[in-house]
Amino acid sequence: MTEWKILTGWGRTAPTGATVLRDDETTDDRLMAAVAGNPPRGIIARGLARSYGDAAQNGGGLVADLTGRTQVVALDEAAGTLTAEAGLSLDAIMRIILRKGWFVPVTPGTRYVTIGGAIAADIHGKNHHVDGSFSQHVLSFDLLTADGAIRTVRRESDPALFWATAGGMGLTGIILRATIQLRAVETSRVLVDTERAADFDDMLARLEATDHQYTYSVSWIDLLARGGKMGRGVLTRGRHATRDELPVRSRSAPLAFNPRGWLTAPPFLPSGMLNQMTVAAFNEVWFRKAPKVRRGEVQSIPAFFHPLDGVAEWNRIYGPKGFIQYQFVLPFGEEDALRRIVEQVVRSGYASFLAVFKRFGEGNEGLLSFPAPGWTLALDLPASDDLAVVADRLDEAVLAAGGRLYLAKDSRMRAAAMTAMYPRLPAFRELRSTLDPTGMFVSDLARRLSL
Amino acid sequence: MIDGLGAPQSLLLLGGTSDIAVAIAERYLAKRPLRVVLAGRPSAQLEAVAGRLADRGAAVETVAFDAAKTAEHEEVLGRVFAGGDIDIAVVAFGVLGDQAEAERDPTVAVSMAQVNYVGAVSAGVCLAKAMRRQGHGTIVALSSMAAERPRRSNFMYGSTKAGLDAFFSGLADALVGSGVRAVVVRPGQVRTKMTAHLPDAPMTTTPEAVAASVVSAVSRGRHTVWVPGRMRAVSSVLRHLPRPVFRRLPF
Repeated sequence: MTEWKILTGWGRTAPTGATVLRDDETTDDRLMAAVAGNPPRGIIARGLARSYGDAAQNGGGLVADLTGRTQVVALDEAAGTLTAEAGLSLDAIMRIILRKGWFVPVTPGTRYVTIGGAIAADIHGKNHHVDGSFSQHVLSFDLLTADGAIRTVRRESDPALFWATAGGMGLTGIILRATIQLRAVETSRVLVDTERAADFDDMLARLEATDHQYTYSVSWIDLLARGGKMGRGVLTRGRHATRDELPVRSRSAPLAFNPRGWLTAPPFLPSGMLNQMTVAAFNEVWFRKAPKVRRGEVQSIPAFFHPLDGVAEWNRIYGPKGFIQYQFVLPFGEEDALRRIVEQVVRSGYASFLAVFKRFGEGNEGLLSFPAPGWTLALDLPASDDLAVVADRLDEAVLAAGGRLYLAKDSRMRAAAMTAMYPRLPAFRELRSTLDPTGMFVSDLARRLSL
Repeated sequence: MIDGLGAPQSLLLLGGTSDIAVAIAERYLAKRPLRVVLAGRPSAQLEAVAGRLADRGAAVETVAFDAAKTAEHEEVLGRVFAGGDIDIAVVAFGVLGDQAEAERDPTVAVSMAQVNYVGAVSAGVCLAKAMRRQGHGTIVALSSMAAERPRRSNFMYGSTKAGLDAFFSGLADALVGSGVRAVVVRPGQVRTKMTAHLPDAPMTTTPEAVAASVVSAVSRGRHTVWVPGRMRAVSSVLRHLPRPVFRRLPF
């Protein structure tokens, strides 16, 4: 099916129109034909559109919506490898593999991302500090490139194209299928330790001291708390539970997994519902509700990894103006700069009720891959005209401290800032200029940032 | 591309020497550098504007464009879009004309209509076509309060703006679903070089105020804006005044 549609990312900003190819138009043959047709404004793949900005939009061009490609090609239950079409979601994968004792190697804060998108954005999860990002667990993928050929790209034998595509935001071609290495688990539950941090220094100290003891770690920071409480937050860290660690009543079905959404955000909510006052109230409750210390709590996978997936289309709560997510990483050693940036956000008075903080582990060879050793903070901020100036200043501070922003979250940074943040961008451009000399694979993000 | 917070990367000003168009460019430039295409009749004034915007960080190109030469519009604007996407195009050209002279001399009246209405329609069709192709963009058309109800003192100008206003209002509706938008701007009297010889009318505004309203209307996705904003209520009252009363109003 082919249809003209107005598209946005998850942040619902900067809509553009494009010709969307779906379902029967996204078979290998039809996509090869689309590429061979040399579309004048190019083509980009789109999955479940969880990128916040314009990564999966292509104004006036073609957008291949791959969410209809959901076939499992092969599942090796002994080795724990899965080969599936790129449109298959992590949600669907978990429903298939968990009961067989396997889990995805990396999951972000939502299960509603596709394999193709997970590679293109080189997504990370709460286990980045020990396991790295998604692409590090991808063994190979099939890539439709600008010459119309389908190449099987293996991480071991074709690292150049592999690491340009991993984190390459879909600009090297269309990922059709991928083979990933799964993680063995005994149960579908997580053992979680929760603790409060009284302020920012306390937060950093706790993470530095004990993060290595956990497979999964994430923290929430109250960015409206000022003065002595600045940077206070809640750490939640855990690991997969073994069967013996489950409560007796759960042991008969240790791998049970059947999450259901329990509500949908209504359409047409006004902008401005999330303001300083409502968010401050929410944050106070959230902080106080967290136990000072609680060890070994058994939580389900959705509760621990994907709390927001319970509310379908939660991005509507920011109203028609939409919102941006600002996520950056600063290298270790830049804790003072980090503190100043947090202060800058607190002072700006922007209400962010989802400020997520984490320690990253080592980065990888991905030319445009985001994670790097250091501290990452992600904030949701309602879109407004004044925010542009605030965000540009944050960019400067991030850049000055040797940090960078995450392309899958970005909808507004300057091209010059992006170039400075990603030193391997020239290598990416060079590879792209030989692989795709006419720039057939292009997105609004690529146009905006002159990638 | 317009970014997630409404900042454009490229701006096309048709009527590149218009005070309002320049004020719009400067307003965007105050936030971020961008590509500005100045389309207008080649003149020292056009080059001066180009220099002024370049000083404020714009990458400026000038393009020879004559609103009255509609036969050339498609070709000229085609070249502009071939040079890269245009995020915002401002239709800012127009002449105030001499009401009395236009009432006496049909060629004067026709030439006003040629520029203000026919030229705008032609440019509007070209812009809409090119922007539909890129799947995004906003067309800003400078209409006028005078478009809302013809006044004895300047109905020549008013009628040309009324035509432009109707055209772009309809175009905005036609563009729904395309990814492209059109905004109609209805300022009251603006203190510019075009109106320098006129005494200030009530609620006379400035190019900077119009620019501020335009920038906010574009980022909010509004279809019609009045400048100043309270002009909307005033013009609504004026529209409903009995004709003999309206005719006798002292402006």
